[in-house]
Amino acid sequence: MQQLFYLIRKFRYFLLFLVLEIIALILVVQNHSYQQSKFINSANFISGGIYSKVSSITDFINLKSENQRLSEENNQLKNWIEKNKLVAKNKIISQIDTSIYAQKYKYISAKIINNNYTKRNNFLTLNKGAKQNLKIDLGVVNSKGVIGVIKSVSKNYATVLSILNSHSKINVTIKNDNHFGTLFWNGKDYNIAQISDIPRQAIIKKGDTIVTGGKSAIFPKGIHVGVIKDFKFENNQFKEINVTLFNDMSALSYVQVIMNYQKKEQKTLEQNTLNE
Amino acid sequence: MNNLIFKNIIRFILLVLFQVLVFNHINLFGYINPFIYIGWVLLFPIRKSKNALLLTSFFLGILIDTFSDTGGIHTAAIVLIAYYRLPILELVTGKTDFDYVLFNVRNLPLNKLLLFISVLAFLDSFIVFLLDYFSFSDIFPILSNTISTSILTIIISFFGILLFTKKHK
Repeated sequence: MQQLFYLIRKFRYFLLFLVLEIIALILVVQNHSYQQSKFINSANFISGGIYSKVSSITDFINLKSENQRLSEENNQLKNWIEKNKLVAKNKIISQIDTSIYAQKYKYISAKIINNNYTKRNNFLTLNKGAKQNLKIDLGVVNSKGVIGVIKSVSKNYATVLSILNSHSKINVTIKNDNHFGTLFWNGKDYNIAQISDIPRQAIIKKGDTIVTGGKSAIFPKGIHVGVIKDFKFENNQFKEINVTLFNDMSALSYVQVIMNYQKKEQKTLEQNTLNE
Repeated sequence: MNNLIFKNIIRFILLVLFQVLVFNHINLFGYINPFIYIGWVLLFPIRKSKNALLLTSFFLGILIDTFSDTGGIHTAAIVLIAYYRLPILELVTGKTDFDYVLFNVRNLPLNKLLLFISVLAFLDSFIVFLLDYFSFSDIFPILSNTISTSILTIIISFFGILLFTKKHK
């Protein structure tokens, strides 16, 4: 016993190093697994508080581009309303069906107070949290396109797994083609993401628009992602499909979080089908 | 003594804040951000008891990781360079025993100071990018990122130390 104490005393510096290093590595591994919620994240009140203070000072930098984006979005929405007015006029509604009129998605506005896009695994911090009903696995978008998925939530803040992250996998489809693929990022250029798993019978061209597929319960179908920049067709398979993102991921400010009211229903149904 | 502790607390806070608020968003050439927090390990007073350096480095790493959402990669890197600081210093200076009370990195000859900073900065960046990419198949981006980031870190830390520390007479 005394020998043991002597050994511990002799090597206590090394043991301390080993313990601290192992704690750090456990945190790293935990950070790399998608399922587990992270233990250390910027959604706590200290870092969230500091980031929101700083972002309230540096807000004005993005103001001009943000105003332009808002105005474009307004324009788009107004045009869409006008288009639908005509359709509604020509249609005679004879019965009211609650399943048609019930709302499926709800958008919550939030602001990005810390943006990262240069690392291999990027996370963003939002200025809203559990108090505003944000939860894990909600989609985050702005008018230009997809931004990420919420990874952890605290009372007042939330962190978002950016699409510029090696663990981000988002179901996408080619507009007007309906073949599904998976959006990921190879870590090289923050303006360009990649698509895999597109079946070989799909017809794709340079400049095709990529939108979300809506297969998962996170994003509705048809949210813009980007356009195809280039691709290779080798051994009867599509390879290295590069997509130029619509969003400038280096200058993000106001975003919308998408809540899906029917997520639970879809998940339970899918789970039940799997269990049978 | 109290003055020394006070100075180190201030340095700790300033290093964390500057790292997460300024140097994490430099994005030189689009993607290079220096890790100036290694200044903590470079400048920590050399004492016979080395546990304090390990523990404070660990907490500094945890803070940096919290702010930048990087899990534990900066913690793992800074704890490692804190552990190997003394052996590296002995290797660089060629001495094995130091006058612990009077020793100050600023009193090293400039070429040895630069070498000392370079070894620690390179080691730190390498661990960070290795754990960030988390696979050996990405060895090329890991190495290129390590080299570009450590060069910027070395330049900033070297001139930072020259500007903000005083020589002991």
